[in-house]
Amino acid sequence: MGNDLPSSPSNPTRREFLFRSGGTAAAGAIAVCAPALATNASASGDPPAGGADSRNIEGAVAVTLRINGKDHKLRVDPRTTLLDCIRETVALTGTKKGCDHGQCGACTVHVNGRRVNSCLSLALMHDGEEITTIEGLGTPEALHPMQAAFLACDGYQCGYCTSGQIMSAVALLKEPCGQDDAAVKELMSGNICRCGAYANIVAAIQKVRKNS
Amino acid sequence: MNTFEFVRPAEPTAATKFAAQAKTAQQGADVRFIAGGTTLVDLMKLSVENPTRVVDINRLPLDKIEGTADGGLKIGATVRNSDLAHHPAVQKDYVVLSQAILAGASTQLRNMATTAGNLLQRTRCMYFRNTAMPCNKREPGTGCPAITGANRMLAVLGTSEQCIATNPSDMCVAMAALEVTIHVQGPKGERAIPIADFHLLPGKTPERETIMEPGDLITHVTLPPPRAGSKQYYVKLRDRASFEFALASAAVVLTLDGGKVTHARVALGGVGTKPWRSPEAEAALAGQAATAANFRKAAEAALRDAKPQSENGFKIELAKRCLAHALNIATKDR
Repeated sequence: MGNDLPSSPSNPTRREFLFRSGGTAAAGAIAVCAPALATNASASGDPPAGGADSRNIEGAVAVTLRINGKDHKLRVDPRTTLLDCIRETVALTGTKKGCDHGQCGACTVHVNGRRVNSCLSLALMHDGEEITTIEGLGTPEALHPMQAAFLACDGYQCGYCTSGQIMSAVALLKEPCGQDDAAVKELMSGNICRCGAYANIVAAIQKVRKNS
Repeated sequence: MNTFEFVRPAEPTAATKFAAQAKTAQQGADVRFIAGGTTLVDLMKLSVENPTRVVDINRLPLDKIEGTADGGLKIGATVRNSDLAHHPAVQKDYVVLSQAILAGASTQLRNMATTAGNLLQRTRCMYFRNTAMPCNKREPGTGCPAITGANRMLAVLGTSEQCIATNPSDMCVAMAALEVTIHVQGPKGERAIPIADFHLLPGKTPERETIMEPGDLITHVTLPPPRAGSKQYYVKLRDRASFEFALASAAVVLTLDGGKVTHARVALGGVGTKPWRSPEAEAALAGQAATAANFRKAAEAALRDAKPQSENGFKIELAKRCLAHALNIATKDR
């Protein structure tokens, strides 16, 4: 769902700005929250190209994750959840961390075509498995039909839950599910939207179902 | 989260060997099997579970559903809850199991959670989940603040002076009514345990929840052959319409002949410290006419020994109505 402007040294993206700030801040909030990213940025002076550098993490274990069709050979701390690995190590930040306890659905991704809560899974459990994140669905120029439907139906306000909602919605269309709104609501109950865009989310899903 | 060693054995025997070195297979276990991770990773983040070794069983050949020689069904330990709920044989002959699983959690969680993991699901008691609070289940001997505290969601059946935590599973309630057998492979060989004997009452040792010993690995569950013409239903009552734990639930499996109950199996969820099979309700139903009045009598019998706490007394009447409703719906011609 990227609508970021192209970045340049004089016009960094918000994320690049945060990486750099973290790298130079003595004890800034960013440095505290994401030390691996900050270390990477400060070492090179450049924003990380492929995410955090985990070569120096004690006890790191090798794992290959196939994310959006691309193999990532990584070394991760065994504690790393699939969610943190996707966001912090691979630097695909479209997948969001909400509750971090499987209660909100913001972290929903597909593993071997099925939707899961990536926050409750360890990255090491998914060696060699096919993972799809929101970045793997469509591009700003060629949106996935579900992304387009969320835009057309106004299926969000703040947007924080949206990538999880869309990942659930795309998977739902392949699951045993009734045709009516009640069935869709039941199968979307694992995705919480604090803005309360639920009615428009259901409309977006039904729009794609009818067109498919 | 404390760090841990992550191992992925290729065979169940190797998995049990890794786990056999643990001090306990109960609360405080230093070795844990991981399958879906939906309970374990959650509790590791809360520092309620602190294993030093995590044994990944996802690649073990325990993910099949197949018929058994006696006409029943064998369900592998790592079969995902959603696969089990949607399996044609389950939908046809054991529909109460499908209904119960689909009444629990969300699709994402059901895609992850497994048969064995659901059998070992931990309580949602907020004191158990909060390491800043005492809890006899998490830290034996520290006390149970739930008994005088926030206990609206907690149990009214099978409680003790030490613990009133509810077993949160829906799947286990249906499995209790279907009388499944749990198959365990351990250092001493293989065992088959009726589900009624698998979970333990809290008593004076609430930290012990099941009969599992170090090295024990659930390999599969077997369902007995279906009873011809059996009527089954699962009712779950909760604060929200979806994605919420039960305040009360009921699984019923009945056979009728000429309007009379010839066979009844009844289990309750959301109200017991373990998946709550009710021989009292079953006895009250046996040989009786399938009428609303008799169903209410069975519900009264099921909750006769219920003990309310300060905030959850409502569950007793709720569970009675839940069970009576399940019996009414199951036996109504549809």
